[in-house]
Amino acid sequence: MRLFWRYLLLLFVLAISIGPFLWQLSTSLKGAGEDVYLPDFVPDDPTLANYAGVADVVPVWTFALNSLLVAVVNVVCNCLGAAMAGYALARLKFRGRRLAGLVFAAAILVPFETILISLFLVMRSLGLTNTLTGVVLPGAIAALNVLLLRNAFLALPGEVEEAAIIDGANAWQRFVRIALPSVRGTLVVVALFSFMFSWDDFLWPLIVLSDPDKYTLTIGLAYLQGTFFQNQRLVAAGTIIAVAPLILLFLLLQKHFFRGVGEGALKG
Amino acid sequence: MTHRPHTPWLFLLPGLAVVLMFSIFPFLNMIVLAFTDADALGGGQFTGVDNFVRMVDDPKFWVAARNSTLYLFGVVPPLVLLPLLLALLVRRQVPGITFFRTAFFTPVIASAVVVGLIWTWLLDSRGLVNSVVEALGGARIPFLTDSSLLLVSAMAVTVWKGMGYYMVIYLAALANVPNDLHEAAQVDGAGPIRRFVSVTVPALRPTMVLVAALSAVNGFRVFAEVYLLSGGSGGPGGASTTLVMLIQQTGTGLTGEVGYASALSLVLFVVTLGLLLITLRLNRKEDLL
Repeated sequence: MRLFWRYLLLLFVLAISIGPFLWQLSTSLKGAGEDVYLPDFVPDDPTLANYAGVADVVPVWTFALNSLLVAVVNVVCNCLGAAMAGYALARLKFRGRRLAGLVFAAAILVPFETILISLFLVMRSLGLTNTLTGVVLPGAIAALNVLLLRNAFLALPGEVEEAAIIDGANAWQRFVRIALPSVRGTLVVVALFSFMFSWDDFLWPLIVLSDPDKYTLTIGLAYLQGTFFQNQRLVAAGTIIAVAPLILLFLLLQKHFFRGVGEGALKG
Repeated sequence: MTHRPHTPWLFLLPGLAVVLMFSIFPFLNMIVLAFTDADALGGGQFTGVDNFVRMVDDPKFWVAARNSTLYLFGVVPPLVLLPLLLALLVRRQVPGITFFRTAFFTPVIASAVVVGLIWTWLLDSRGLVNSVVEALGGARIPFLTDSSLLLVSAMAVTVWKGMGYYMVIYLAALANVPNDLHEAAQVDGAGPIRRFVSVTVPALRPTMVLVAALSAVNGFRVFAEVYLLSGGSGGPGGASTTLVMLIQQTGTGLTGEVGYASALSLVLFVVTLGLLLITLRLNRKEDLL
């Protein structure tokens, strides 16, 4: 009996958590002839017309491609750049190591919203406003990822690299062949969260991009809402396009998502 | 020696370059700009504390500061409590629990924009929520057109989106609560509510403080939810504008007042830092007790 109540409660929360997504999906599949205001979750005559339709009013596939491009570059830069820095901080001894570590620690404490305006000035002086490069750069190597990977490298036992050192392998060879493969788990977490942050980011692309052709999905959708607010079916189709890839990724790799939260990869 | 002296710096170069150019420098520059009258083109003259004097007399600043503060107080209590209850609900390994945990986490991975658009549609004057309200015999609620309700709606969206994340944090913490305490309390005849208040909550206090800190800092910096629910306008007459929205509106565009926006950013930073320090203080007291 107590189990019954537990499941009833679970189903109630389930409805609240994914009901809104399902309602959006349902709206996106409803044809022009169906009243979208009626509280009916099952479309009378499901159609994909809205997915084609949204591409007629805004270049939604260009937005998606831009988002994908930005996210992939972000993942590669973060995995490689943060791992390199993390490796140096954890496994190499040199003067100035503490100072370098402090720089990354300080960067974590800077809330992005507070540097929004002056970061825009930096991008403008580099001539990178309204470019996808300008979107990627500020988060290309996140300080948080550097420290996550530093901790992962620190946790490796010292002997791991000794044999390689005796064999005369240099630091780069040891990094690529021994250290990097040993922190695969953390790299997956970093990759996943870099992808998600980049794909979901809104405030920075909104500031730095001005040309609709360069828009990423998030600001493209906000733009769509502003221009074609009346047609809920199209907005719904656009949101499903934006959220479906992430949900898929999440379902495939959920274990790593939960681990990432545990390791503090996601700041909420 | 296992490496040449300059090798570590080659490893650090990309990371340090990005962090110094795109975090540390803009941050320091923001502090300098806050005391200037720099406009959209940058530059500007040193004007002392003029920007802060102007802020005190700026009704827009007070509206935004009030809204961000209200937001903080609105989202922290539910985000500390509800995810904890959720964690207790999904803690037991009953069949299908992985499915439920996964589903409860889904709102976390969706972007604030997607979430904002979904809820804009749900809370529309003729949307699904109002259909239900009407079916139950109530009158339609102007969730998005009344400036106070807009803010409350956005808070609800923030809570909805954040619950799964904090649930996972609580789950990890719950795994460390010794079970024998519970059993001892049960033997002493304590009911589930009593056990929750006297065993679970004290054991989880540090985690609850952490969750409070994270949700407070994030709540005070709210942007996307309010921006999306108000269609970018900040509500009727801008009455639901938040501090970050004000920074964005003030500092960008051809008429951007970079100096004043930087001063607003500095205020945002000081408050954020203050919230973190308070939390550290609270957690240190824990250790002493």
